[in-house]
Amino acid sequence: MMAPTTDVLRVEDLSVAFQTRGGLVRALDRVGFTVGAGQTMALVGESGSGKSVTAYAVMGLLETAGRVTGGRAFLGQTDLLATPPRTMARIRGRRIAMIFQNPRAALNPIRAVGKQIADVLLRHGGATRSNARDRAIEALRAVGIPDPARRAKAYPFELSGGMCQRVMIAIAVAARPDLLIADEPTTGLDVTTQAVVMDLIGAMARGSGMATILITHDLALAAERANRIAVMHAGHMVEEADTATLLARPRHPYTARLIAATPTAAGSLASLQSVPGGLPDLRQADRLHCRYAGRCERRQDACDAVLTMRPAAPGHAVACWNPL
Amino acid sequence: MTALLELENLRKHFPVGRTGWPSKAAPSFVHAVDDVSLAVQPGETLGLVGESGCGKSTLVRLITRLLDVTGGKIWFNRRELAEVPARLFARDDDRAHIQMVFQDAGESINPRFTAADAIADPLRRLLGLRGAALRSRIEEAALQCGLPLELLGRFPHQLSGGQRARVGIARAIGTRPRLLILDEPTAALDVSVQVTVLKLLQTLKVDLGLSYIFVSHDLNVVRLLCDRVVVMYLGRIVETGPARAVFETPLHPYTRSLVAAVPRLDGPRPDAPRLVGDPRSPIDPDPNACRFYGRCPVGVARCGTEMPALRDFGGGRDVACHLAEGPG
Repeated sequence: MMAPTTDVLRVEDLSVAFQTRGGLVRALDRVGFTVGAGQTMALVGESGSGKSVTAYAVMGLLETAGRVTGGRAFLGQTDLLATPPRTMARIRGRRIAMIFQNPRAALNPIRAVGKQIADVLLRHGGATRSNARDRAIEALRAVGIPDPARRAKAYPFELSGGMCQRVMIAIAVAARPDLLIADEPTTGLDVTTQAVVMDLIGAMARGSGMATILITHDLALAAERANRIAVMHAGHMVEEADTATLLARPRHPYTARLIAATPTAAGSLASLQSVPGGLPDLRQADRLHCRYAGRCERRQDACDAVLTMRPAAPGHAVACWNPL
Repeated sequence: MTALLELENLRKHFPVGRTGWPSKAAPSFVHAVDDVSLAVQPGETLGLVGESGCGKSTLVRLITRLLDVTGGKIWFNRRELAEVPARLFARDDDRAHIQMVFQDAGESINPRFTAADAIADPLRRLLGLRGAALRSRIEEAALQCGLPLELLGRFPHQLSGGQRARVGIARAIGTRPRLLILDEPTAALDVSVQVTVLKLLQTLKVDLGLSYIFVSHDLNVVRLLCDRVVVMYLGRIVETGPARAVFETPLHPYTRSLVAAVPRLDGPRPDAPRLVGDPRSPIDPDPNACRFYGRCPVGVARCGTEMPALRDFGGGRDVACHLAEGPG
């Protein structure tokens, strides 16, 4: 039995829609999950499944075409979705931080990295003008950058991809946030660098009890790094369980398909199976029923009913009318 | 059996820094590819792996004759290609026989070309096909790649990731090449689609009698598709052998760390130290030191004074490490 942890983030029934020329796209439909202190929750799914939209909605960073149409996201006692933008600006960077993919593009290209860290420390970290520089160098040292005093003066183009991602991590954890959202933090990095960066994020989380949301399309990475995995498909959360259970006994047909498509260290090419079909068109009316039904070999008449997450076992929820 | 492609001591050095007149300082060189020898047999898939900056892409550009070599030989189908200048190779007969599938077809296909235009381009330029002959060759290539003909009129942004990947492959096989170089062909794809594309590549290889050089840093994918694998570090081959053996019992400390860093869905990861730090500078490296020395978890003093040569460990395995011991 896992020790009870306090929930850092609790997302309930989060729905998001985008207004496009082709009509209203219901990108997220009633997504809910919790992340406990010191825990890592992985959001896994194909591109277009709504992983990043979930994070952006929680952060209050949706682009203008996007709108939260329902739900709540509690950071402690605060409902982030009902928080005015001005207050959100104080929460972002201080209590929630985010690491983006492609760190070199996410950093300011014309500002030395030490200054970019100092900016965050000045705004959110309680640093003063006199000690911001030293604290920035200290932050660089904490993420394992050699010769931090010299690197602080470097611009992003002078640093390798792995190095830039460490700078991003240093910026993200500068104000000791309660929650870190890592959106594909290692996509585009070498596997060796990926391992080091993920070790670093893990160490930071363990050191401060920070909760982490790891957004990734790589099920193997999630398997190795997360306590719990939530699988997303076309804006629905379809299954959520602790990592070992989800991988050993997936209940949703999509989860099982995803596992069967992921290359392993032992399997052959013939043993891998693709996931048939593609994501459905999300522009149609309310789409409250299963969005995987069109691709599913276990579809039956009952699948036309409104879909909700239901417990399959303690700590294991699945959104399927005919689970495995 | 004669190899389809054989590289002999291939080198590519790029000049950097103050090279021109009136500087008196000796010019510096980036040793992008150093002393690389390898062979690709007909029908074989050779995997090329290593971190970014290890010289994979330069090596590929030398083989595809987009770059002139600094030294060494490239034997393709018993013909020496390294002596053909890169600017003339565009009109060479063998241009059509060495083709490439680029990473992320969404980025590498001209956005103003329809799928048919993209596939037609090399057929027009290299084979001079026109009219009905061109049309039938486009359709043949599309069908071989499982691309429905009704999609041929679409532009890249109107195609899904998997369909774009098929266009990129159809474009490469249209000229009926002997050797296909695949540069991370599935890196931009979701796992759900990746499997289909990998299986397509496997089928095409057998049906069309192709040989592949498969460049990737996804070792799980390399292991699925490749017969043999070459591991590069800072421009040099550090280990080569049958893919399964290399990944199951890596002998070079770099390969060990690389394999151990791959996330696994099944079972515990092999125990090997994390590679920390970055590779050394590839500019004028010490010719008498192992390139991995300094970052190597097991390096000894000898590694700093004597460059290890590739040693034969039996079973087709070669490893460039003073400290490597045979498997088992």
